[in-house]
Amino acid sequence: MDTKETVLDILATLTGEDWHHALDDDLFASGMLDSMDTVQLLLELQDQLGVTVPVSEFDRSEWNTPNKIIAKAQA
Amino acid sequence: MINLQPYADPQYFAYLLVALIPLTIGLLRGHRWHFYETLVSLAFIILMFTGAKWHQAIALLGFLVLELLVVSGYAKYRQQHNQTRVFIAAVVAAILPLVVVKTTPLWSTQPSLIGFLGISYLTFKAVQMVMELRDGTIKEFSKLAFLRFLCFMPTLSSGPIDRFRRFQADYEHVPEQAAYVEMLGRAVHYLFLGFLYKFLLGYIFGTVLLPKLAHLAMLQHGAFGGLGLSWPLVGYMYDYSMYLFFDFAGYSLFAVAISLVMGIDTPMNFNRPFAAVNIKEFWNRWHMTLSFWFRDFVFMRTTFFIMKHKLIKNRIRVSQAAYLINFLVMGFWHGVTWYYIVYGLFHAGAIIINDIWLRFKKKHRQQLPHNRWTQGLAILITFNVVCFSFLIFSGFLNQLWFAPSLK
Repeated sequence: MDTKETVLDILATLTGEDWHHALDDDLFASGMLDSMDTVQLLLELQDQLGVTVPVSEFDRSEWNTPNKIIAKAQA
Repeated sequence: MINLQPYADPQYFAYLLVALIPLTIGLLRGHRWHFYETLVSLAFIILMFTGAKWHQAIALLGFLVLELLVVSGYAKYRQQHNQTRVFIAAVVAAILPLVVVKTTPLWSTQPSLIGFLGISYLTFKAVQMVMELRDGTIKEFSKLAFLRFLCFMPTLSSGPIDRFRRFQADYEHVPEQAAYVEMLGRAVHYLFLGFLYKFLLGYIFGTVLLPKLAHLAMLQHGAFGGLGLSWPLVGYMYDYSMYLFFDFAGYSLFAVAISLVMGIDTPMNFNRPFAAVNIKEFWNRWHMTLSFWFRDFVFMRTTFFIMKHKLIKNRIRVSQAAYLINFLVMGFWHGVTWYYIVYGLFHAGAIIINDIWLRFKKKHRQQLPHNRWTQGLAILITFNVVCFSFLIFSGFLNQLWFAPSLK
């Protein structure tokens, strides 16, 4: 599974929704992701993709859409 | 000897705004005059601590030396190593002065000698630096930049609590003329709104009404089997809540406005908190820079730690534990008295219940009505829960229950 699918998979587990057709939707504005989900997202990215993101790196405006998260995970 | 307390009276604004005129001219022409800015900032910081408050100036200097040693020392260490115990030691050292100041009332009737106006807010900024150095999000450390961030004059006494990377980016960048003019426009708007909030509404709620309601409530301190429940107490609760908001939101507007005049876009502290539909949202609207600081550096780190080390398996339990820790720390930060700690626990409980309700609502989305009446009810409930928490916070219950004869 590539990075994009993995990220979308993680997001689907966390929010219970499919984000394939909402790649630029704001995850926080809709209340789909809270602080807890965020922490879990960071842990999953670390476990599944080996991307280490420190908690304080987490700037909501840079991580608020599926596309942005995929871009960060690929970087 | 002149002493100028920040934003305390209209004269302060006159002096400050006149002193800032050269800086404004510089910024309009695309220059940040560092030397002049430092001079004005220093002058107004000194004027906060002149006269009877001179010992606070010494405390501030001592504090700055200590924080500089701790943070620059940790920054140097962090370039080569990254041991958890050194990180913890650095955090402990950074918060030590604040802990001493906050616990001094437990054993002494005199306030601590090392305390000064603004110590809490400066500590938040210093600790944040240590955490971000640990995470590697701050890589370069400059003593001058650190001190400038820590001592940024408009927010020195009571925040808003800025973040180093955000502040530094603003500071190194001189806004375009059009953008700066827009900032000045916002500054004027915030100043006038701040006057309305702090000097008019805050004055009416705080100085005019509050003592009267307190007096009436105290007269009935024996009511309800000694609980002192009375209508004046209810009045005190709402009035104090209004006072707290208008006084602090007014102050915060001033601090943001003066920052804007200095070309720094300090984050806002309040966003119509009493329009929140639940407690979770309330904390996204009330004293935002503090609550976001706690969210990012206490709540998130705690959950991350618990989940990474699998200390608690159940996700819901993790968040509940983290909320408890988060708000308990916030309570202790306000001061080591029963009412601040109960205030923290109360909010932890409220947000945990709120989360249970939100999960229930998610599950039963179809069955539950959702319209403007339910929204209105949600706002009303949240408002009352919050006002009750502020009654605890006010410390008035302490006086009412345990020291009714003193007043």
